[in-house]
Amino acid sequence: MRGRRRTYLLAGGLVLAALGGLVYSGMREALVYFYTPTEVQAQAATLRGKALRVGGMVAAGSVHWEPQTLRLTFVLTDGQTQLPVRHQGTAPDLFKEGAGAVVEGTWVPEGYLRASTIMAKHSEEYRPPTHPETLAGKKALFQSLRPGATP
Amino acid sequence: MIAPLGHFVLFLALGLSGYAGAAGLVGRPRGRPAWQASARNAVLAQFWLVTLALLLLEYALITSDFSLRYVAHTSTRGSLTRYKIAGLWGSLEGSLLLWTWLQAGFTALVVARYHARHPAVLPYVQAVLQGITAFFLLVLTFGVNPFAPLSPIPPDGQGLNPLLEVTDMLVHPLLLYLGYVGFSVPFAFAMAALLTGRLSEEWLRLTRRWTIGAWVCLTAGIFYGGWWSYRTLGWGGYWAWDPVENASFMPWLTGTAFIHSVMIQERKHMLKVWNLLLITLTFALVIFGTFLTRSGILGSVHAFADGPVGILFLGFLALVLLGALGLIAYRAEALKGHGTLDALVSRESAFLLNNVVLLGICFTVFLGTIFPLLTEALRGTKISVGTPYFNRVSVPLGLALLLLMGSGPLLAWGRASLNNLRRNFLKPAGVAAAGAALAALCGLRQAEALAAFFCAVFVIGTIAWEFGTATRTRARITGEGLLPAFATLLLKSRRRYGGLIVHLGVVLAILGIAMSSLYKVEREATLHPGERLAIGPYSVQFHDLQAGERPTHILVWANLTVSRGGTLLATLHPGQRFYPNQQTPFASVDARYHWQADLYTILSTFERDGSSATIKVLINPMMAWIWIGGGVIVLGVLVAVLPERRLALLTVRAKAQPA
Repeated sequence: MRGRRRTYLLAGGLVLAALGGLVYSGMREALVYFYTPTEVQAQAATLRGKALRVGGMVAAGSVHWEPQTLRLTFVLTDGQTQLPVRHQGTAPDLFKEGAGAVVEGTWVPEGYLRASTIMAKHSEEYRPPTHPETLAGKKALFQSLRPGATP
Repeated sequence: MIAPLGHFVLFLALGLSGYAGAAGLVGRPRGRPAWQASARNAVLAQFWLVTLALLLLEYALITSDFSLRYVAHTSTRGSLTRYKIAGLWGSLEGSLLLWTWLQAGFTALVVARYHARHPAVLPYVQAVLQGITAFFLLVLTFGVNPFAPLSPIPPDGQGLNPLLEVTDMLVHPLLLYLGYVGFSVPFAFAMAALLTGRLSEEWLRLTRRWTIGAWVCLTAGIFYGGWWSYRTLGWGGYWAWDPVENASFMPWLTGTAFIHSVMIQERKHMLKVWNLLLITLTFALVIFGTFLTRSGILGSVHAFADGPVGILFLGFLALVLLGALGLIAYRAEALKGHGTLDALVSRESAFLLNNVVLLGICFTVFLGTIFPLLTEALRGTKISVGTPYFNRVSVPLGLALLLLMGSGPLLAWGRASLNNLRRNFLKPAGVAAAGAALAALCGLRQAEALAAFFCAVFVIGTIAWEFGTATRTRARITGEGLLPAFATLLLKSRRRYGGLIVHLGVVLAILGIAMSSLYKVEREATLHPGERLAIGPYSVQFHDLQAGERPTHILVWANLTVSRGGTLLATLHPGQRFYPNQQTPFASVDARYHWQADLYTILSTFERDGSSATIKVLINPMMAWIWIGGGVIVLGVLVAVLPERRLALLTVRAKAQPA
């Protein structure tokens, strides 16, 4: 009986150790630190080359999009600091100037954030639009594009 | 008028909770049946009162009565009626009311169904379920009032997020809530067993169907949510390890562990404490998940102080855990198991290991979900772990689970002999190795993919092997044909074979998850009319952009054709939806769904003069198998739990119809 109990304890211990190792290695690889633009600026030297997640607002008038090269640049701000961001690819649905965004990426020596993922703030709750494009503006789509019955 | 009335009805229902509790207390120990009957009636009356509250809110929603803040918040005059109805679970207050209604309904159902046959435990079950309902009513009356008035009355409401105005909104949340609330029934029976000291397998037997029912609703809800997200949210994925998703996944994991470990107790009368702990943990995780996603704490630890909901939920969680653990400690002597594990290699130990792995996944998901909270509380900085952590940790554990899934059901109870191992596993393992080799020949090179293929073929092999031998044996003994033998087999041991079908579904889903994530191909390009984008074996040609009006929005879409080797495969129309009062457009994705691989297209942006469009194209191999797997799981559960009579009827009908 005693020998069997030892076997079970040993097996259980092994399983737990394996689990612990798995969590530890997963954590080491995937830890992403959350910063504000001001914090990034202040610790620019130590953060170089690290994976980080920066939250802020997309500064008004800062979004620049080149369709041919799919290069997207914008400035993320927390009201104090302006942090340049570059991204290869399009932005997600709710991404917009003046709206909140969280950018995951690396802080490169050239002094900008190279984004790997951009997350626009998504919420189940509705927020009234601050500067909605007028309905007329949206209707103008009918003049420039070929109208048709929706598919 | 509705505002004070609704709030009053909720108060009345809460008052009935108090009455039912008191009447039950008076009635039970002194053996006064009249008081007990009165307590029961109070429970039924409470259900009707909550129903009335629910109908009042629905009435306000349907008639767009914006004097209620909740209505103004979740619907607009222009919304379709079905989305006005769905507004009930579109935001916090309403969804809590729906939850309360389901809880009161399940309580009434349990009371009506079991009070005559199980008079000894029912008063306690009733008390626990009542307590849960009372907690939710407390939240509704003192925490977040769904009937809060709004003044001045706005001319129109704000409405749901357009992403939620889809038919899926009518299905997915309801399934999840049914699952969540369903788990409260086995929990209540477990607590009643502890309170009465009737600690045999009775409570497990009585609640088996409830547990399986809750589990299948939760499973279907999770799968449906993934499917919804994949088809409509324009990011090509189905699961993001989002806290809301994790909140539904954690009770699923412990619930799955519970369903398995229960079988050991039924068979060997061991693991009594373990099972009580598992169902407590499952119910606690349901409450914890709601706390996590509804208290605003994930946004920041400091958001927690904003509303009373978080504190109420946390207090209730503490009550549930302390109460259950206290009771288990109180009954510790009586809970000592009789059986022991006979051998390291046996079905029991495979089940036990399955429990360990499931709880291991649950623990890692839990840790990953609350990690930002921990670091914010302890060090003042938020550190999140992100998708890579979850993926890295869950892949090996998932594969371990697959192996156990293949071996467990074929191992003998008690002690598996070497002979038993050889007889049952040699062939499936050989087939699995051959399957993995074939996959490698077909060009699969990644170790994870080969491991997934090996495990999947192994499990499917063992299931097929089990079905095959059992059918053949039966056919030989009874002289039936193979097909009738198979059908009677399913009918006779529905629990076992239903379970195996569920396993088959899980394997298919895991295979789909593995292949679609490992071999996903993604390309994005800006195209002028007539230009093509090559991706994998496909060529996607962009023709032009069109615009059209729909009842609630303006749709702009791209006309694409997909071809492979010169043959036209599909015409796709990914687009963007422009809503009148939304700042940014919403993606409207389009895809060619196919069992081999989905070709998924997104219109990322476009030039307003129609001169070019940026198109994102994804190839998701074997994605369909995830949803097929989900369907097979539900099918397996139906086989396992449907009453014999109904299943027999179905087979008779199937036989009657000429093929």
